[in-house]
Amino acid sequence: MKRFTSDSIARQMTPRRDGGEVMLDGAIETVSVLKADHISKSFGAVPVLFSVSMDIRPGEVHALIGENGAGKSTLMKILSGFHAPTSGRILFDGVEVVLPPDGEAEKLGIVLIHQELNLAEQMTVEENIFLGRELTSRGILQRDEMREKVRGYLSDIGVDISPSTRISELSIAEKQMVEVAKAISRNARVLIMDEPTAVLTEAETELFFRQVERLKSKGVAIVFVSHKLSEVKQIADRVTILRDGQWIGSQEAKALTPDAMAQMMVGRELSDLYPPMHEADVDAERVLEVRNLCVTGIQDVSFDLRKGEILGFSGLIGSGRTAVFEAICGLAPVVSGQILIDGTETRFDSVAASRDAGLAYLTKDRKAKGLLLKKQMRPNLTLFSLPKFTRRFGLDTAAEDKALERAIRRFDIRTRDPKIVVGDMSGGNQQKLLLAKVMESEPRIVIIDEPTRGIDVGTKQQIYHFIAALAAEGVSVVIISSEMPEIIGISHRVVVMREGQVMGVLSGDEINENEIVRYAAGLKRESRG
Amino acid sequence: MSDVAANNTTKDKRMRFDIKTAGPAIALILLCIIGFLLNPAFLSEGNLTNLLTRSAFIGIIAVGATFVITAGGIDLSVGSMAAAIAGVMIIIMNSAMETLGPGVATVLLGGGCSILLGLGAGWINGVLTTKGKIEAFIVTLGTMGIYRSLVTYFADGGTLSLDFAIRGTYRPVYYGSILGLPAPVWVFIVVSICGWFLMNRTAFGRYCTAIGSNESVAKYSAIKVDRIKTMTYVIQGLCVSLATIIYVPRLGSASASTGVMWELEAIAAVIIGGTVLKGGYGRIGGTILGALILTTIGNILNFTDLISNYLNGTMQGLIIIIAVWLQRGEWGKAKATKS
Repeated sequence: MKRFTSDSIARQMTPRRDGGEVMLDGAIETVSVLKADHISKSFGAVPVLFSVSMDIRPGEVHALIGENGAGKSTLMKILSGFHAPTSGRILFDGVEVVLPPDGEAEKLGIVLIHQELNLAEQMTVEENIFLGRELTSRGILQRDEMREKVRGYLSDIGVDISPSTRISELSIAEKQMVEVAKAISRNARVLIMDEPTAVLTEAETELFFRQVERLKSKGVAIVFVSHKLSEVKQIADRVTILRDGQWIGSQEAKALTPDAMAQMMVGRELSDLYPPMHEADVDAERVLEVRNLCVTGIQDVSFDLRKGEILGFSGLIGSGRTAVFEAICGLAPVVSGQILIDGTETRFDSVAASRDAGLAYLTKDRKAKGLLLKKQMRPNLTLFSLPKFTRRFGLDTAAEDKALERAIRRFDIRTRDPKIVVGDMSGGNQQKLLLAKVMESEPRIVIIDEPTRGIDVGTKQQIYHFIAALAAEGVSVVIISSEMPEIIGISHRVVVMREGQVMGVLSGDEINENEIVRYAAGLKRESRG
Repeated sequence: MSDVAANNTTKDKRMRFDIKTAGPAIALILLCIIGFLLNPAFLSEGNLTNLLTRSAFIGIIAVGATFVITAGGIDLSVGSMAAAIAGVMIIIMNSAMETLGPGVATVLLGGGCSILLGLGAGWINGVLTTKGKIEAFIVTLGTMGIYRSLVTYFADGGTLSLDFAIRGTYRPVYYGSILGLPAPVWVFIVVSICGWFLMNRTAFGRYCTAIGSNESVAKYSAIKVDRIKTMTYVIQGLCVSLATIIYVPRLGSASASTGVMWELEAIAAVIIGGTVLKGGYGRIGGTILGALILTTIGNILNFTDLISNYLNGTMQGLIIIIAVWLQRGEWGKAKATKS
C-alpha cells in the first residue's frame, strides 16, 4: 500500500495502463479492471459516501443495490468520472488514476449508461452510434462503412434493428439496446448501467439479459443498479450493497437470497424512523371510492380510502400507480369507471376542479413538475392555491408572506436566506416546500407520490411524522412509494399494483415485505368477488 | 464546496438582477444625454411629446407582447394584424357613413369593431397554439401572412383611404391632447398601468410567469395552462386593436405597408426591457422603457447628421444585441475568469 501511494503522486495526472512496475502492482490488485478503494464523497457539507470500496472484474456482472439515497448513483458517477471522489483512490487495471470528467472516461473503455438514455431522438441509429467520431475520408462521411459496422455491432448483441431507423421510432427497450451497441462500438471494458430494467417489460428484460450474457462472455465487466432483487439473483455474479452511503459488503450472488439482500439493504432499526401508528378507524366514512377505473395502461382498478387513513400503493416502477392518481385528479383523461368523493360520483376535468373538491396530488418529479426552480419560495408556495390569495382584483402579497412564514415553521424548511432561489435548496428542503405548497390548499385527501425520493434520512423521518399527524387530524393520505420499508412503516393498508392492475389489498399483519413482493411480482393475486 | 458555489451564484444573480432592472433606464438616460449634447433641441417640449406619441404604437403592442413572451409564446402576427384591422376599420367606417353620418357614432363603431377584431384575431392565435398544439412561431408566422395579404386584397393592391368627413371627427384621437399630453400618450399610459398591475399584482400574471418557467409545474399546480396562454394572445390582440385605433387617424389610410416590422420592434422592446425571450420572467416597466429607447434612437438620428438616418435599423439592431448581451451577464463572467 505504501509503495502505491508514493507512486500515485507521479501518476495522478495521467492514466497509464502499461509499464513494467504495473505488472507488480497488478499482481497485488489481482484481476480487477476497475476498483474503488475507500472512496468518500461529500457535496458541500453533506456526506454521501463513506469509505466505499468495490472492485469490478472483467467478464462479471456486478449488481449494485441499496435503497434510494444509499449513494448508488454517486458511486456510479465516480466510477465513470462524472464526479471526483472527495477522498480515496480509483484503480484502473491496477493503476491509480484520476478519471477524466464529463464522460471522457469512455475513451478508457468505461461507459455509463444513464437511466434517462442519452440519444439524439431525431437522428438514426447509425448516426447516434458514431456521434462525435464519424468515419470520414477527406471530410466526407463514409456512410456505407459506418452502416456496415453498426450492423455488425447490432448483430453482435443479437438485436434486429435497422441502422437507418430513427431513434424516435424505437421502443424504450430498443433504445437501450442502441446504447449498449454504442458502448460496444467504443470498445467498452466496463459498462455501468443505472436501473436498465426499470422501464422494461418482462420479455424485454429476458432479451436484455441474453445480451448481457453475450457481453460478459466477451470479457466486458458489467455493473448495474437494480431494485428488483430477484433479477439481481438471476443475472449477477456478485453483489455490492450500500446503505446510507456506507459499504455493507460485496458478496457472491449465489450465496445470497433476495431476502438476505433486502435485509442488508434496509438494516437499520425501522422503529426510529417511523412514527407510532394510530389505529385506523375501520368504520370511518369512505371519502374516496374508485370503481373499475380504466385509463391508458390501467385496467379495472378499484379501491377505497377512508377518512384519516394512510393507504400505501406499492408495486414496481411502471406498474401504473401514478397514472391512476393523475387520472383521478384531472391530469389525464379517464377512459371508464367511477370515482366517488364522499359517495357522490365525480369526474374532474381539471386539476383546479379536483383541488376545489379537496384533493391534492404531490408529484414525484419535484424538479420537472413540482417546483419552479428559478423562482423563490413564496411564488412556489402559493402557486397551487393562488385563488385563496386573491383579494378583489390583486394578489394579497402580505398574506403570501404570512403563509410562507407559517410554512417555514410548520415544515421546518431550513434556508440561509428566504429569498433563495428554490433550485439552490437541498432536495429535502425542496420536498418540504412542495409538501407545504400542496398543503396550502387545505386538502381532505392528499396523494403523495414518492414522498421521500432522494432525500436524507433525517428529513424522511420528519416527513413520515408529518404524514402521520395529518392522518390523525382526519386527512386521508395516499402514499405511492417504491421504497418497501416506507410503505410498510406508515401505511394502514397497502394496495399492490402490477402492470396496470390491482393485485391485492393488504392490511394488518399481511403488510410485510414478503407478501408485497409476491403480489408485485405476480406470484400471488387476490381473487376478487 | 457547493456552499461556496451557491454563495457565488446568489451574488452573481444579484448583480445581474440589478443590471436587468436598472439597465434599460440607464440606457434611456444615456441616450437622452447623447441626444441633448448632439442637439439641445432634442429636449424641447415639442420633440419630447412627438417622441412619446411615436413610441405609443410600439409601446402598446409591446405591453401585450410581454404577456405572450412571458408565458413562453411568441406572436409574429401583430404588424399584419394591425394592418388588417386598420383596413377593415376604414371599410366599415366608410360604409357606415351613409347611415350614421360622419359623426362620433361612426368612429365609435369603427373603434368597437377594431377591438372585436383584435380580440378575435388574438383568440385564433391562442387556440391554434394551445388546442391545435402547433408551435406559436408557426401559427403566428401563418397568420402574419394571412392578415397581410388580406389588407392587400381589401385595398386591391393599393391604399384604403378613410372618408375625409370622418377624418375630421376622428383626427383628435391622434392629434388632440388632454392636459398637455397627446391622446396616444394617455392611451399608452393607461395600457402600461393596466399591464403592470395585471403582470405584477394578479394571479393571472403569476400564472403567465409560472407557465413560461415550466409548463409541467404549472399544469400540476392546478393552472389551466391552455386558457391562460390563450388569454395572453387575446390581450395581445386587444393591445394591437388599441394601437390601431390611435394609428388610423394619423394617416387616415391603410395599405400593405401599414405596420410592417412592428412585430419585430415590439419583440425588440420587450427583450431590451429585460423580459426573457424563452419565457418565465416578464417586466412591463422594462418593455415601456424598451419601446422608448427604440423610438429615441430613431429620433436622435433624425436630429443629427452624424449618422445617416438610413442606419436607424443598424442602431436599433446593435442596441438589441448589446441589451441581451448585458442581461446574460456574460461580461461579468468574462471578467471573473480573467482576474
